[in-house]
Amino acid sequence: MYAYVGRRVLGTLPVILVIALVIFLILHLSGGDPAAIIAGDHATDEDIKAIRDKLGLDRPLAEQFLTWLWNVVQGDFGISIFNRVPVGTLILQRVEPTLMLTLTVIVFSIILALPMGIAAAWYAGTWIDRALMALAVLSFSLPVFVIGYGLVYAFSLQVPILPVQGYRSLADGIGPFARHMVLPTISLGLVYTALLARMTRSSFLEVLSQDYIRSARAKGMASFQLITIHALKNASVPIVTTIGSGIAVLIGGVVVTESVFAIPGIGRLTVDALLRSDFPVIQGVILVFSFFYVILNLAIDLLYTVLDPRIRY
Amino acid sequence: MSEPLLAIDNLRTEFHSDDGSVAAVQHLSLALAPGETLGIVGESGCGKSVTALSIMRLLPRNAGITQGRICIDGRDLSTLTEAEMRKVRGNEIGMIFQEPMTSLNPVLTIGRQLAEATMLHRGWSRREADKRALEMLNLVRIPDAERRLKEYPHQLSGGMRQRVMIAIALSCEPRVLIADEPTTALDVTIQAQILSLISELQRKLGTAVLLITHDLGVVAQTCSRVIVMYAGRKVEEATTVDLFANPLHPYTRGLLGSVPHLSNGTVPMDARLTEIPGIVPAPGQIVQGCAFASRCTLATDRCRAEEPPLVEHTPGHFAACWAVAA
Ligand SMILES: Nc1ncnc2c1ncn2[C@@H]1O[C@H](COP(=O)(O)OP(=O)(O)O)[C@@H](O)[C@H]1O
Ligand SMILES: [Mg+2]
Repeated sequence: MYAYVGRRVLGTLPVILVIALVIFLILHLSGGDPAAIIAGDHATDEDIKAIRDKLGLDRPLAEQFLTWLWNVVQGDFGISIFNRVPVGTLILQRVEPTLMLTLTVIVFSIILALPMGIAAAWYAGTWIDRALMALAVLSFSLPVFVIGYGLVYAFSLQVPILPVQGYRSLADGIGPFARHMVLPTISLGLVYTALLARMTRSSFLEVLSQDYIRSARAKGMASFQLITIHALKNASVPIVTTIGSGIAVLIGGVVVTESVFAIPGIGRLTVDALLRSDFPVIQGVILVFSFFYVILNLAIDLLYTVLDPRIRY
Repeated sequence: MSEPLLAIDNLRTEFHSDDGSVAAVQHLSLALAPGETLGIVGESGCGKSVTALSIMRLLPRNAGITQGRICIDGRDLSTLTEAEMRKVRGNEIGMIFQEPMTSLNPVLTIGRQLAEATMLHRGWSRREADKRALEMLNLVRIPDAERRLKEYPHQLSGGMRQRVMIAIALSCEPRVLIADEPTTALDVTIQAQILSLISELQRKLGTAVLLITHDLGVVAQTCSRVIVMYAGRKVEEATTVDLFANPLHPYTRGLLGSVPHLSNGTVPMDARLTEIPGIVPAPGQIVQGCAFASRCTLATDRCRAEEPPLVEHTPGHFAACWAVAA
């Protein structure tokens, strides 16, 4: 088991290397002088020369890559052009809101989507199924910012019970944190909920038609146990896969949501960096998101072996 | 015959669709005495599984019993609530299915699936249930039972899985075991082992067995009485010896095919169904007269016009055929 985990972790290294290479090359293949790009629009010739010397931009590309990679491994992502703060520090400052938003969205969606999907599958073909799936289609087709502004209009302006925007750290207490999280979580979570509910429904439909479900019924098992013990674990592999791949969709949504609700997270950092062509920050953010995504997929792969005894290591 | 344990009286089970309802089983009656083994035999699609699922009230959602009664110990199962019915399933009636490969839950251990039955019906703790599970695995002669309890279904062969299914079905000591083609999916040698296991347990525990099969060889080996079904109807019923010695219905004779007529009461062991030319009428197709008439070499105008009633020709030997009645 440990050997397997070790092997899988090592297996992600080539993937991470390729990602790093692509991110590195973005800067160098974008045309123009990398030193000038990094230095920004208002840099003087001395500035550019200083950067070129410091980063070794006149060296062979392979050597530059290795140097850059070595720095990244040590946590040095370079320095923001805009405010001269190390990229690593910038990202660390912004990590909490994004992580929290992602977490609350995942929890919110799972809590909502599992019962929805299971109920739809259980009552497949009835009005319950049709109503739930219509709801899912609706929330899937509404853009995040439409839901976001709609909710703000309803619950912050018309009936002012929740803050319009902003973020409070969990360190400031659970109350303020939760009040600021409700609307962003719902705005972003509905899409994800819809996706998950549909997947839950289809994998449950599949499982419920299996012979072993009939055997469990023939044993005298009640519906609740049937769902929680016999069906859920079997349906869990595709559901977990969807949770994982849905997070890729989520990352795009996080950027939008943070903009709508002015949440100072990595999404906002990305947008600001793009608007300012702050290349080191863009690289750093892409690197962090990619790394996060690779780790997540690894975690999900490892989870499969726990969920399904037939998947062996 | 003693008081029946399981009695089906004039059962009709229909499948509903947008195009209307279609009967998969009709006018079916049978009685199973305590400790007896009754076979139901017939070609695929003749309504054997639907009969079994009707008894268990586990029919698919688009199917339902529209006529008749199914009683266990004189208790009409249709009057039970779903919760009461759950106490019958697995407790008073155990059931095993055709597909041992898919009948066990792939993500739960053998031990867990065995323990569930007694935990459900006897309210036992997991520890007590596990003890019973081990006992049952030994009873169905699974070697190395202790280790098997911790294993998952995919680690067992088909024959082993069917033994586990039998162990599960019998762990609450039900008085009736319904075995729906329990050996069809297995190799011939394993088939024989499973059948003799069922017979042995039946004698040991006094369980009445309703054995469903399309294989007359299986009937010969295990059943004391047989019902022959065709297109959802019972066309013949007799003791096994009687049926093999003196098949009355042309369909039964067709099933027996070239199997030699044995008058000394012994029964051939490998009497498989032979092909009967022609096709079974599709369920829902309006059949005038006898459903078998279109495939029957003896069919007359009367056969095509009037459905033959089930008539007792010799004591305990029934057949529904005008040619025999004549
Ligand atoms: N799920 C179903 N939907 C519609 N019709 C069905 C279904 N299952 C069975 N039937 C009908 O019931 C008839 C009897 O099926 P079944 O009892 O499974 O046959 P068998 O004797 O092979 O076990 C079939 O011929 C078929 O027409
Ligand atoms: Mg069948």
